[in-house]
Amino acid sequence: MIPERWLNAALTLGLLAVPLWALWADEPFTITLATKVAILALAGVGLNIALGIGGLVSLGHAAFFGVGGYAMGILAHHAQTFQPMIWGLEGTKSMPIIWLTALVSSGLAALAIGALTLRTSGVYFIMITLAFGQMFYYFAISWPAYGGEDGLSIYVRNGFPGLNTLDPIQFFAIAFTALMLALFLHARLKASPFGLALNAARQSPDRVETVGLSPFRLRLLAFVISGAITGLAGALFADLNRFVSPTMFSWQLSGELIVFLLIGGVARLYGPVVGAAVFIFLEHHLGDISEFWQIGLGVLLLLIVLFARGGLIGLVAGEKR
Amino acid sequence: MSLLSVQNLTAHYGATQALFDVSLEVAQGEVVALMGRNGMGKSTTVKSICRMIPAGGTITFDSKDLRALPAHKAAQAGIGLVPEGRRCFPNLSVRENLIAAARPGPWHEATVLDLFPGLRDRLDQSAATLSGGEQQMLAIGRALMTNPRLLILDEATEGLAPLIRQAIWDVIARLKQDTGLGILLIDKSLKELSAIADTAVILDRGTRVWGGTIAELTPEVTNRHLGL
Repeated sequence: MIPERWLNAALTLGLLAVPLWALWADEPFTITLATKVAILALAGVGLNIALGIGGLVSLGHAAFFGVGGYAMGILAHHAQTFQPMIWGLEGTKSMPIIWLTALVSSGLAALAIGALTLRTSGVYFIMITLAFGQMFYYFAISWPAYGGEDGLSIYVRNGFPGLNTLDPIQFFAIAFTALMLALFLHARLKASPFGLALNAARQSPDRVETVGLSPFRLRLLAFVISGAITGLAGALFADLNRFVSPTMFSWQLSGELIVFLLIGGVARLYGPVVGAAVFIFLEHHLGDISEFWQIGLGVLLLLIVLFARGGLIGLVAGEKR
Repeated sequence: MSLLSVQNLTAHYGATQALFDVSLEVAQGEVVALMGRNGMGKSTTVKSICRMIPAGGTITFDSKDLRALPAHKAAQAGIGLVPEGRRCFPNLSVRENLIAAARPGPWHEATVLDLFPGLRDRLDQSAATLSGGEQQMLAIGRALMTNPRLLILDEATEGLAPLIRQAIWDVIARLKQDTGLGILLIDKSLKELSAIADTAVILDRGTRVWGGTIAELTPEVTNRHLGL
């Protein structure tokens, strides 16, 4: 078995090496694929805080991904059309402002959804989060001001001071940095008294109460942090594609985020990174062979669930205690 | 004035009434033994006090009415519980169990480890892999990390080897001697309870049938109510 710390370091280097090789080989599409992996992994890191540490099986995280995406889409749309938004506010093409808006708006969405859904547990929690995700999906479809079912196209990628964001490697650097920061936050949170109490609340909420902690509040805070990170990923994903549409809210995307964690390893720090990389690899390479590439993904998922509960990281680094 | 005052406590499990007007008081620095045979309502009384189950009557802690508070607020008010069956967080290490429960006050990791030096070598070990005695020490340490003013120990020595039981009793005696904690003790060991408690309350079928000082706890009383 390889110590998880070494495996994580190797994965970080691998994620850096692929686009650098692609840059050398003049393969910009590979850089874009690596960027997509980094962004989807970022969304998975968000979910991993709720699901991996807190045990909250949310089937509605696409809602936060979509809110982040639409935060970017709406701000950029108003900037490119020179039309003011509500209360005369101007749109913007500035990534830092868009990210902040995405973090805050998806965090607030998570606060509202979590305040209601976290009063339930088990299958009820799964179904109510799914229902909220679908509510956002149908709301976006019926919102003609921002494209309705057709979505919104953003003609020019948003800007970041000092960087040429249209250069694939520079945009990858932004996504990679965001992912590293989120992974650092996850690691710190998990080891903090808050993370430990959240983990304990997953195992035995009644015992947590007897030491003076409210499982509901712990989970709500985790859900908000989780939603905000997933929202940031949504904003970056929309920027990568220069397009937002209601599919960002779809329940399939919520399911894919869970699949990332199952493939890589639920609660493993780099679980979403491995899961997103495998998913994109299969989508790209198996997708070239057959449009039914998801059958291959399904077989892999089945094997992992049956024989490798710790995901691929668990296979290499061993089971956690 | 009492730190904890319980008056006319009633509790139900569904349609079945488990407690009938139970009253007891614990003063600061006092050790009160809650005694009774199995199934007589001792743990139900503890769960009611800690707000883990709904209960009738009045529960006042440090002049604060606990009845309207959820369990975590009761714990925040200063009630530390060492629950029956230890109930450590199994997936967390010893250190993580302590950190997760920590609240500001004189008890912290170092002072808990001074009380239980045996845990020092187990700090990074998963709580689930500890022996029963070590888990009990951890459960007491975790309760102390909340910096309570009242410590409730529910069957803290149950199922432990004699040497470990004695170590736990020594710790409780040390807590009584060195701290101003009020302590509510539930145990079946009459000899050890008599040596450490100031007063006792006996429950029989959910009803308080006897209360008084340990000196008044005569063989006739224990024979009648505890079958000893």
